[in-house]
Amino acid sequence: MSDFDLSVIADNLPFLWQGLQLSLFLTLLAIVGGIILGTVLALMRLSGFAPLSLFAAAYVNLIRSVPLILVIFWFYFLVPLALGRPIGGFYSALIAFVMFEAAYYSEIIRAGIQSIRKGQVHAGQATGLSYWQIQRYVVLPQAFRNMIPILVTQGIILFQDTSLVFVVSLRDFMTVSSIVARTEGRLAEMYVFAALVYFVICFAGSLLVRHLQKAKTA
Amino acid sequence: MNYNWNWSVLFEEEYLGWLISGVGWTFAVALVAWVLALAVGVLVGVGRTLPSKPVAFICTAYVELFRNVPLLVQLFLWYFVVPEIVPDDMGRWLKRDLPNPEYVTAVIGLGLYTASRVAEQVRAGINAVGSGLTNAAYANGFSTAQTYRYVLLPISFRLIVPPMTSEFLTIFKNSSLALTIGLLELTAQSQQIAEYTFQGFEAFTAATVIYVVIALGATLIAQLLEKHTRIPGFVGKA
Repeated sequence: MSDFDLSVIADNLPFLWQGLQLSLFLTLLAIVGGIILGTVLALMRLSGFAPLSLFAAAYVNLIRSVPLILVIFWFYFLVPLALGRPIGGFYSALIAFVMFEAAYYSEIIRAGIQSIRKGQVHAGQATGLSYWQIQRYVVLPQAFRNMIPILVTQGIILFQDTSLVFVVSLRDFMTVSSIVARTEGRLAEMYVFAALVYFVICFAGSLLVRHLQKAKTA
Repeated sequence: MNYNWNWSVLFEEEYLGWLISGVGWTFAVALVAWVLALAVGVLVGVGRTLPSKPVAFICTAYVELFRNVPLLVQLFLWYFVVPEIVPDDMGRWLKRDLPNPEYVTAVIGLGLYTASRVAEQVRAGINAVGSGLTNAAYANGFSTAQTYRYVLLPISFRLIVPPMTSEFLTIFKNSSLALTIGLLELTAQSQQIAEYTFQGFEAFTAATVIYVVIALGATLIAQLLEKHTRIPGFVGKA
């Protein structure tokens, strides 16, 4: 403990910052993609059309039963095979995260949609709106407003999950920290530093969630 | 898509053995970590609801600390960093003489991480019981310990069975992270089979099917448990 050498962090700051940028960028794209695909899955599940809702339910339950690492391995293996050419680790990881997180987002969004009172839908129908217009102008805007805190919470979980791209050596913040730790022989400093950075970001996020929840109930 | 199917590879003695051993380690990590998570999680969750400010603060700090650092980082801290920063003798023992260090580390890391999630469920369960029953217990002259022992815990433990089921499933999935410190559990074995045989599709399908079967089995047991533990007429928020 006495020879805790912080200069190793300072020396490698640009490299670490690149890793953190990749983590944040991957998180952001996966949140957007996950929410879009998750909304589609939730609408399919609630559509009342059996083939669509069965497919969505099967997909969501399948993905939710397997570990994220296995999903990452799946897409690292499948994506180049399906496309017939390698497209780089980042895109394989991004596709894996979007497909994985969509299952979790769809459950959140489904609950959000179901929390909208039926009277709203009936009012929409009575006004002559089509199914899509009701979803677009009545149900989804209200549902998403109610869901914002829990969507942010899932975003924090997703940010933590991105550290798992370590298993395929994509250079996110975790992988980069680990590279520095090994090449400099400074495991203690680097992993404590990595934990601290993740903690500060995620704790700030959870304070934001608390603030949003208070704003909602106020 | 150019791919040579060969499902029989899964039944070759060597690779089948890897899969079975992987399943064994997955269960060994998940189940023992679950026991640790329950023990620590209940203590921390109860601690957060106690009237004592310092105890509640320490337990809140535990939850925030373990929830806001990725599990992967926590495993690396336990595996690589703890042996470096403990007193020399202990560090030497951890590095040299600890039997099965990957397994022990995985259980401790996963168990203490999951404990923070269990603690949140326990706290939510206790809060869902409501102040009426607590006040009634105090009015009857119960001490704090008696209030927990005879009123709050028996009710809240039954209330939180459904969310705890999903935590139980999560610990199986999270046990896959043990592969990052070199434990050859199910996901690691399927990846290894994929690398050795180039039959990634078959190897990952096998692992996926096994995880789905575990999830189905756990869900089934959970439903029986939920039916058995449901409190008739109690509409809780947990």
